[in-house]
Amino acid sequence: MTSPTAAVIRTESRLFARERLSLFWIVLFPSLLLGVLGLIPSFREDSADFGGRSLIDLYVPVTVLLSMIMASIMTMPATLTGYRENGILRRLGTTPAKPFAILLGQVLVHAAAVAASSVIVIVLGRVAFGTPLPESVVGYAVAYVLALIVSLGIGAAITAVSPNAKAGQVVGMVVFFPCMFTAGVYFPVEVFGGTVRDIISLTPYGAASNALNDATAGSFPELVDLAVMGGWAVVLYVIAVRVFRWE
Amino acid sequence: MHQEREPAVVVDGLRKTYGEKVAVDEISLNVCEGEIFGILGPNGAGKSTTVEAIAGLRVGDRGHIRVHGIDPWTDRAALTEVLGVQLQEAKLQQKITVQEALELWSAFYPDPEPWAPLAERLGLGAHLGQRFEDLSGGQQQRLSIALALIGRPRVVVLDELTTGLDPRARREVWDLVRDVRDRGVTVILVTHSMEEAQTLCDRIAIVDAGRIRALDTPAGLIAAGTAATTTTFDTSAAIDLVSLREIDGVTSAHSANGTITVEGAEGVALAVIEALRTQGVSPQRLRVAAGSLDSAYLDLTDTTQEITR
Repeated sequence: MTSPTAAVIRTESRLFARERLSLFWIVLFPSLLLGVLGLIPSFREDSADFGGRSLIDLYVPVTVLLSMIMASIMTMPATLTGYRENGILRRLGTTPAKPFAILLGQVLVHAAAVAASSVIVIVLGRVAFGTPLPESVVGYAVAYVLALIVSLGIGAAITAVSPNAKAGQVVGMVVFFPCMFTAGVYFPVEVFGGTVRDIISLTPYGAASNALNDATAGSFPELVDLAVMGGWAVVLYVIAVRVFRWE
Repeated sequence: MHQEREPAVVVDGLRKTYGEKVAVDEISLNVCEGEIFGILGPNGAGKSTTVEAIAGLRVGDRGHIRVHGIDPWTDRAALTEVLGVQLQEAKLQQKITVQEALELWSAFYPDPEPWAPLAERLGLGAHLGQRFEDLSGGQQQRLSIALALIGRPRVVVLDELTTGLDPRARREVWDLVRDVRDRGVTVILVTHSMEEAQTLCDRIAIVDAGRIRALDTPAGLIAAGTAATTTTFDTSAAIDLVSLREIDGVTSAHSANGTITVEGAEGVALAVIEALRTQGVSPQRLRVAAGSLDSAYLDLTDTTQEITR
């Protein structure tokens, strides 16, 4: 005896397991990137420029965020806009299952994939390159969950504002690169100072990056960073809920 | 068979506009329990909007609908227990297998129909492990029909049922629809196939430009049309078409590649033969056929005046 919602979620996880490309980008690619960067000797040297940390230390939270970006911006909106375009949401609306169940299912499977990816990245960094584990576990958990919520909010907003799958890809690409930059994938945001850094700190991934770094170093994330993420989350979900169409 | 029937679906004064465009303009109809009710009309006539309103997917601007007493616009949850829907061109997840889809849909209902015999009945038994994206159009369509039936609905809406099916698959699906009806399920069939409507439906509503143009049994519609019979013959002689058109009851007479077609009311055939005899023409390959739904349909949906023929 299962509820329709549980059945939909179970089916969505089974289907997600067949999406090899999505799984590669979300689960494997971040740790692959960390592994490759860790092979560069200079990346493993502690530097006074980064507060006594090495570049690879900084890339652990970066690759955590990278997996969130892949899930929320690259794969989830593509799936959901496709579902809408193909009438799957509408069809589900004619059954006792709520079409909302399929959205929930997609959010859950993507969140689970991100969580798996994060565990792999943190363990790999620790074992292979001696990167530090989060010292403030509570702080890290708070920062991580908020980052994931705001990230999925970006995906939800992309899904909502895109009239079809093709538009979703375009919007996704436009959003993708600034997110990669502010998350520090190209170079950790720590290398920037002054105004650039302040501006980056006002973006969802910039704030997330600050918060994860603080928690890793042992302090509770600064409230301003948590507030920035919370603020973005509210704005993004309001947009998503207001604009979203089932068909 | 034909005892007192309850209306399964009542549509009363339904009106739906999209911006300036009136999609459905005051449609009222009753669908009796246990009948196959056809909604026939050209593209954009308002057929799909009407059934989407019945399925609770659209809320009308005016009017009301009841499906076994349930208001689909306010009580979708109760509606889904009695109404199964196969939507036009609705797909499933690309990588879901036939069996997974059937199992998923089974989990939606308290007392689902066992899916294995249903799949067998629809010719899907050999494709249970196949993914939706790898099915042919016809197989996708049959899966969609199976899913509409799995919850043992009392009313089932089938929108563009056999579009994309080959002739054999079409006939199999038609048999299935009759089966479903014989089990007491009411069927609302949306189609633009005249043949499908004529062979399958107990009653047909012909819809055009958002209004019902006619509502009757297939035989009733044909008889009421201006072309109850069609008379065709070949001749090499010159024919005075004008004189044929002047015959009482003839609605049209035209010639193509040496074949003359005369359409008109019952009894026109005799008058045509009589006229040919006086003209000294002997018709070859003379055929007289009962009019089809085609001509009735064309009469009823032809809203633009045809000037030339």
